[in-house]
Amino acid sequence: MNLTIEVNNNKIQANPGETILDVLNRHGMSVPTLCHMKGLFPTGSCRMCVVEVEGRRNLVTACSEPVTQGMKIKTHSSRVIESRKTIVELLLSNHPDDCLYCERNGNCELQKLSEDLNVRERRISGNKNNYKLDVSSASLVRDPAKCILCGRCVRVCEEIEGVSAIEFVGRGSKTFIDTSFNHGLNLSTCVNCGQCIMVCPTGALKEKPHISEIKNNLSDPTKTVIVQYAPSISVSLAEEFGFQPGVNIIGLMNAALRRIGFNFVFDTSFSADLTIMEEASELVHRVTNGGVLPMITSCCPGWVKYAEEFSHDMLPHLSTCKSPQQMMGAIIKSYFAEAEGIAPENIYSVSVMPCTAKKFEQQREEMTQNGISDVDAVLTTRELARLIRLYGIDINKLEPELADSPLGTRSSAGKLFGSSGGVMEAAIRTAHYFVTGKEMVKFQVKGVRGLQGRKEATVLMGDLEVGVAVVSGLKNAEELLQEIREGRSNIHFIEVMACPGGCINGGGQPIGADENAIRARMMTLYDIDEKDAIKVSHKNPYIVELYDKFLGKPLGHKSHHLLHTHYQKREIF
Amino acid sequence: MKSTVQEILTHYPNAGHDSLIPILQQVQEKLGFLSEEAVVEVGKYLKMPASKIFGVATFYNQFRFTQPGKYHVQLCRGTACHVLGSATVLEEMEKQLKVKSGQTTRDKLFSLEVVACIGACGLAPVISINGEFHAKVTSDSIKSILDEYRNREVQS
Repeated sequence: MNLTIEVNNNKIQANPGETILDVLNRHGMSVPTLCHMKGLFPTGSCRMCVVEVEGRRNLVTACSEPVTQGMKIKTHSSRVIESRKTIVELLLSNHPDDCLYCERNGNCELQKLSEDLNVRERRISGNKNNYKLDVSSASLVRDPAKCILCGRCVRVCEEIEGVSAIEFVGRGSKTFIDTSFNHGLNLSTCVNCGQCIMVCPTGALKEKPHISEIKNNLSDPTKTVIVQYAPSISVSLAEEFGFQPGVNIIGLMNAALRRIGFNFVFDTSFSADLTIMEEASELVHRVTNGGVLPMITSCCPGWVKYAEEFSHDMLPHLSTCKSPQQMMGAIIKSYFAEAEGIAPENIYSVSVMPCTAKKFEQQREEMTQNGISDVDAVLTTRELARLIRLYGIDINKLEPELADSPLGTRSSAGKLFGSSGGVMEAAIRTAHYFVTGKEMVKFQVKGVRGLQGRKEATVLMGDLEVGVAVVSGLKNAEELLQEIREGRSNIHFIEVMACPGGCINGGGQPIGADENAIRARMMTLYDIDEKDAIKVSHKNPYIVELYDKFLGKPLGHKSHHLLHTHYQKREIF
Repeated sequence: MKSTVQEILTHYPNAGHDSLIPILQQVQEKLGFLSEEAVVEVGKYLKMPASKIFGVATFYNQFRFTQPGKYHVQLCRGTACHVLGSATVLEEMEKQLKVKSGQTTRDKLFSLEVVACIGACGLAPVISINGEFHAKVTSDSIKSILDEYRNREVQS
């Protein structure tokens, strides 16, 4: 701290190299931003964050201007406010005014900016945007008409995920965001992670809705409608109903799902335990039999599609295990259907996921048995909140309930799947037991916890030294894979999650959560693990029962048939 | 057999992203347009996503993404031509060819491109078909100009 600057006549301290915006935010002052993305290089293109700097003729963008000694800044002079207001008015001039019909009504940055800047009349009117909806993707819907060209989706796709499925196309007033050769998302390299939705300020990007199909099946008396929810849902859904970030409302959620009319409520953390049984066995098998190493997790459908497109040389490294969602789906329509005497075709299986890529995974043709899909529909966390409201359920007035047996009982290892590093930690616990026959003395693996993009650790399993790495954000994954290609050999097991921080920050989660909220969700998962009695997947009594009664043994014939899959190289365009 | 694009790329050893535009220009010169396959191939060579290249290429008016027709019509919409009614000429041309600017007719005979100024303001409104200039075009004269080229086809 060796710079002093003056902001609105108050002297504050700043560090050399900081931008004006950094300093303002650190001191609790705010200027509106649109194109700015924390952690990425500023572009200064939207001009929303302009401030007045004494001695400078033009307004400067706070996001990209470094502070200098003695700088005198006005953040809310009338010139600045007028200028910001004009920008919003210009953005509104070609924006379709259909807020009432918009997904993001009430949760839209453009709406908030025009409210905050007191835009109260249609001062500038232009031709309204008229672009076709892109509904081609199984996961996402793009509406370029609502796009204000802030470019955040383009940047997250390129700089965080390393995918670059979308880009600015055209020039000047005819610029819009599209895929290469205007093909639509399904033919692009899009991995369906949905991080673009999370950064979109308007309703230009959203998930492909599955609500009405689910509604129809809920009212069909011939159908048994079963729901499963991912480990991270119970710690993020709360935010949609005004609770603090990180509050675990699993009991209320179970109750709400039953009120909606789901016949059975299951917890995907159960099948996360099942995934661990298979995946840890596969790891031990590969290590002891000289199989392809490092083994890479396959729970994240965004990562799986990325690998099929960009890193197909790495496909033999991927675990053949299906994801927990698909394992649960397969078990529901086999083991559970058999036990309850329900025909698999009369089961409508819904999953609630923090993820848009799960909607793509659910419709993959590998994910079927005898032509019947393992899972029939996928709701994001946001859609579940909408469904709860749609059915008029006041979540505050419910009494907590338990999930159904037997597929609703989990170990806390399965619950950890929600956070980056969780799959790794759960797998290490069980692999340690498989290798040594003993439980770990201390279950927590500190080295793989936290929100960092890459984490590495070395774990001892008896005499066996296992190098593990955890990456989230596909750009980070690609960097690690490059090291592996170049001959790095001290890593034996890699967990990859497409979304930074893992599923707690997935593309289907509530919009507008900041890093603190993501951290709160993560801490809740760790807290659950701390307090739970069963901390390892192989001690989940219903998992043991499932193997005894139905599956036989991990990697056995039935497991292979129901719980494992294969991957294919995809050509990229 | 090397593809046309591969052939061009051999002239750019160790090329970086700054070679993109010259490469695209050469590809267009050879193929007449930027095909999807060409863009993907260039992308693989330069380690750039196809979407990025498409984004860059659509920024510039000089790049086309559809195969040009046998006769490429360039219609000037510069200031002088505009003043003398090139808007109506364009309208009539689109009607006659049944394509929009940037497209190619179904029989692959004609393609239409709108250009800013071809530096022949004295001839306004002017069109150029495969480099042959047609001066003082009116919406009435378009049909006969196009027929001239259609007849060449019949004769050959």
